[in-house]
Amino acid sequence: MKNPEEIFELLKSKFAEDVLELKPAQPLDAMIVVNPLKIKEISNYLCSEESLSFDTLMCLSGVDDANGEKVKDGNGIETINGGTLSIYYHLDSIKLRHKITIKISVPRDNPETYSVESIWKCADWHEREAYDLFGIKFLDHPDLRRILLPDDWDGFPLRKDYQVPEFYLGMKVPY
Amino acid sequence: MGLLDKEFSESNIVIATAEDIFNWARLSSLWQLSFGLACCAIEMMATSASHYDFDRFGVIPRPSPRQADIIIISGTVTLKMATRIKRIYEQMPDPKYIISMGSCSNCGGPYWEHGYHVLKGIDRVIPVDVYVPGCPPRPEALLEGLLKLQDKIRNESLVKKTA
Ligand code: SF4
Repeated sequence: MKNPEEIFELLKSKFAEDVLELKPAQPLDAMIVVNPLKIKEISNYLCSEESLSFDTLMCLSGVDDANGEKVKDGNGIETINGGTLSIYYHLDSIKLRHKITIKISVPRDNPETYSVESIWKCADWHEREAYDLFGIKFLDHPDLRRILLPDDWDGFPLRKDYQVPEFYLGMKVPY
Repeated sequence: MGLLDKEFSESNIVIATAEDIFNWARLSSLWQLSFGLACCAIEMMATSASHYDFDRFGVIPRPSPRQADIIIISGTVTLKMATRIKRIYEQMPDPKYIISMGSCSNCGGPYWEHGYHVLKGIDRVIPVDVYVPGCPPRPEALLEGLLKLQDKIRNESLVKKTA
C-alpha cells in the first residue's frame, strides 16, 4: 500500500517533467496532474510496475473546465474560446489496496490525447462516452464512435457552451 | 355491457349490436406490448404483478407489436428512442391505443428544460389516447387510466369517427 506522496515520487523519478503536480487529498481525493500526451506511458507504468499495480480503472470522466474566454454574440448565445477540457482517471489497486486519481487537461480547440484502452480494457466504452459528450478524441482507440447519442447527432452536449438544437429528425427538441 | 339485459330467458341467444360486441371484446382484452422505458416502467410492472393484477382487466403483456393492442409509454422518451417507438407503433395492427404514463412521456417531466436528449411529450410523435399524470404514477393511477381507455373504447362507433 502506498500513499499519494509516494506514488507521486515514484512517477516523478520515472517521468520527470511529464508529471506536473500533486494536489493534496483535501478537499478532494489526492490527484496527480500529468502531461496528456504521455498518459499512455504513465498508465502503462502505473499498471505494470510491481509496487503500484493499478489493475483497475474504476472510472474515466470528462470535465469541461469552462476556463476559456466567454464570448456572447448578438443573440446572447455564449461560446467559450480556448481553455481546457479535463479527463480524470480514478485508479484502484485491488492487489495493494491503494488508489489515486490522475488528471490530464487538453486544449479545448484540439482536445486530443491517447487511449488507455490497451492497458485497461474497460476504458473502451468510457472513452467513447467522453468522446460522445465532450468531443475528446482518443488517438489509437480501436472504435471511437458515439456510444449514447445517435450517430448523426451534432455537437457535444456536456460542453458548457452547447446549444440545444431546435429540431432533431423533424422532432422539436425545446419544451 | 348491454348484453345480459337483452338475454332471452330460456335460450342461449344473446342479442346485441355489432358495435357493442366489438367494443366489448376489444376493451376486455387489451393486450399490452411488453415495453418499458424508465422508472415508470417499474411501476407498470408492479401494476402487472399479482398485487394490482392488470390481468383481471384482460391486459397481458405481448412480446411482439404485431400481437399488441395497446402500448403504454412508461417513462422517459429520448429522441433516439422516439424514432424506435414510432416504428413500433407503426408495426402494431389497428385498432391500437396508447397510454402515456408519467410526466416524462406526457411533457418531458424533470427533463423539460435541460434535457437536450429528451422528447418533450410522446404526443409530438404518436397520438395519445389517455395521459396518466405522476412521477411516477401509482399503480392505481395507471389502472384508472386503463379504465378511462375502456370507457373510450366502449363508446366507439364503427361508422362515426371518434376522437
Ligand atoms: S415521469 Fe418520473 S418516474 Fe416516470 S420515467 Fe419520468 S422521471 Fe421516471
